[in-house]
Amino acid sequence: MGLSKDSMGLKAVDLGLVIKKVHDSDRVIALGGNPNVGKSTVFNELTGLRQHTGNWPGKTVTNAQGNYTYKNTGYVIVDLPGCYSLMAHSSEEEVARDFICFGGADAVIIVCDATCIERSMNLVLQTMEITRNIIVCVNLMDEANKKEIDIDLQTISKRLGIPVIGTAARSKKGLNDLMEAAAQTIQDANKLPAQIQYPDYIETAISNIEPHVKEICEGDMDSRWLSLMLLHWDQDMHGFIEQNLKKSFLTNKRIKQTLDETKKGFACQGITERQIKDDIVSSIVHTAEEVCRDTVIFKNKHYKNKDSKIDCILTGKWTAFPIMILALMGVFWLTITGANYPSQLISDGLFWIEDQLLIFFKWIGAPWFLYEMLVLGVYRVLAWVVSVMLPPMAIFFPLFTLLEDAGFLPRVAFNLDKCFKKCSACGKQALTMCMGFGCNAAGVIGCRIIDSPRERLIAIITNNFVPCNGRYPTLIAIISMFFVGTSIGGGGSILSAVLLTAVIVLGIVMTFVVSKFLSKTVLKGVPSSFSLELPPYRKPQVGKVIIRSVFDRTLFVLGRAVLVAAPAGLIIWFMANVYIGDMAILAHCSGFLDPFAKLMGLDGVILLAFILGFPANEIVFPIIIMAYMTKGNILELDDLSLLKQLLADNGWTWITAISVMLFSLMHWPCSTTLLTIKKETQSLKWTVISALVPTVMGIGACFVFTALASTTFSK
Amino acid sequence: MQIINDLSKLEQGRHAIVLDIDSSDSMRRRLQDLGLIKGTEISCVQKSPLGDPVAYLIRGAVIALRYEDSSCVQIQCCEV
Repeated sequence: MGLSKDSMGLKAVDLGLVIKKVHDSDRVIALGGNPNVGKSTVFNELTGLRQHTGNWPGKTVTNAQGNYTYKNTGYVIVDLPGCYSLMAHSSEEEVARDFICFGGADAVIIVCDATCIERSMNLVLQTMEITRNIIVCVNLMDEANKKEIDIDLQTISKRLGIPVIGTAARSKKGLNDLMEAAAQTIQDANKLPAQIQYPDYIETAISNIEPHVKEICEGDMDSRWLSLMLLHWDQDMHGFIEQNLKKSFLTNKRIKQTLDETKKGFACQGITERQIKDDIVSSIVHTAEEVCRDTVIFKNKHYKNKDSKIDCILTGKWTAFPIMILALMGVFWLTITGANYPSQLISDGLFWIEDQLLIFFKWIGAPWFLYEMLVLGVYRVLAWVVSVMLPPMAIFFPLFTLLEDAGFLPRVAFNLDKCFKKCSACGKQALTMCMGFGCNAAGVIGCRIIDSPRERLIAIITNNFVPCNGRYPTLIAIISMFFVGTSIGGGGSILSAVLLTAVIVLGIVMTFVVSKFLSKTVLKGVPSSFSLELPPYRKPQVGKVIIRSVFDRTLFVLGRAVLVAAPAGLIIWFMANVYIGDMAILAHCSGFLDPFAKLMGLDGVILLAFILGFPANEIVFPIIIMAYMTKGNILELDDLSLLKQLLADNGWTWITAISVMLFSLMHWPCSTTLLTIKKETQSLKWTVISALVPTVMGIGACFVFTALASTTFSK
Repeated sequence: MQIINDLSKLEQGRHAIVLDIDSSDSMRRRLQDLGLIKGTEISCVQKSPLGDPVAYLIRGAVIALRYEDSSCVQIQCCEV
């Protein structure tokens, strides 16, 4: 159901994985599989948690765990990032590999895509070499049915020597069978999964090395697999295995001797390292072919036709870009139109409560500073956050999730990749930007799907140019007040959507400009290789998406509002009511910032609000309103249309409005995002750069715009 | 007639058999993990609007590759 509250904000910060068992007797089951086969859906259905799901590869970038009880036994289920093989190439694949190899799981469930089962077999076979406790879950059986793909699960199971269970996780089908199979696999000590047959020369080499390896590893690891890894010459893998097993193989005399002899033998026969690697991979792929031969039957050879017809339109030469812009505009139009009514309703309700609270406090005879502090400080900011910010967020989110679940995002990345390549960046950056619409912290974590460290840094630094969920309600509010008129009719909301899209497009253009600039300066380099899977389109579960994301969003925003907006309201109230000399602290601060802010087309209060909004962008606009109100002009503001009057009274013009929008689009990332960047880059330097780049761009843009606008229009 | 060529030259809608992968080690391995080895059938299904990358059908999955990577894959075009 798209980004969930568990994958955003502070919870997005990856704290590493420590298995948390409820009881010591709990069993650990790892869920692995190719990207986008529904691992997280299986995980969510089993554990009742809400990991980020959606129809594009690479959503899950960290391990997540949850609990499940089956027949009185507790299980800890660990959701691993998707990977195509265990020879890790990227950091999220490493996470999966490390856990399957050394995470101490009692069993591993490899989730496969029923519509693409042969490809999934690669990972199944590789995992079978490491552990005998493996269960294959053939997910998306419902889709395979629709596409008329017949799968003989029993024969596949017989050929592999392990249980193979068909599931349709979205409708919870087959999950009980899956857990039953897992429970039995863990108990059964005499399993014999099939082995991959390698070419004779490799088999001979394995049988020479294996006895020596067996002596050292003492059953901690599969010795055949370890021997194969030693033959594989992969330096990274060697270091990684030795570090995890805390045992050294290469320094062992006998192993080293056997390895050297084998190498020499290979050299004499003219067998290169590359050939060994190729032969190992080919053997696995051919075994996968064998397993699927006659067991997977495509009754309808044209099952992909519908998808390619949609692709022709969504990624067509003339249609792709107009459709992307229209989709963005459409989403915003629905958001603006839809948010208007609940926004008004909520604000009426909340400000009615404010009046009642005031009456109540006066009635019980509370001291004035107490009720003013609580009601006019804390409660009012909370009310503003909820009424102005919540409705657009709650509507945008499910809409975006629908696009995500349908499979639109990978097509966006496909369409835009060439632009990213021109900036020496990675096309998957488009995916991380899309995530940024939900939450920049989640977007930054998502950058793990980008393999090249250089391109990942570019994506991390520029992620903030996409306004997150906490920022564009501000943009919407300003656009509708200053450029469309407060009463939003049909035509008005279309115009708002167009303007908002223009602002977003500006953010995207800035992303390209800055990406290009970074790859020409501090992050020099050429674009690296790139592969992106375009998954089949899926019909999103509309009802479920709407209920889940409205609920999720609402809870998330309310939670954040209490945590961040309430203290901010308190601070603002103090600043407005505590006097130093003959001026309130608020006036001192905003007065201090004012000259600089004026140059940017803002004023001291606005800049102060952006600074106080550092913990969460949602509260910037409410703080501005609060600060103006405590200056004592208007005490009651229960109508949204009075808002513009308030702003205009405080000197706002259309120049101010555009400057605020520019600065909202480009300024320092919120504290959570910065924390995530620090965690992801492990470097203070890149964290500081990530904060400076958008800030400098924003200040620059505001300066230039204000200077141009005031010289042009003052004459 | 069968023509030996590189994958980037494969026209939309046409099939081919992979002969060899000449790319750097990591990309090679990545393609192999997707099931792209000598003898694998591959077809070109969709060009992106700007002409690059191009999506290919490999063992039932649609994978987009950039020109730089697809031009490293040697193929033998199949007859229509």
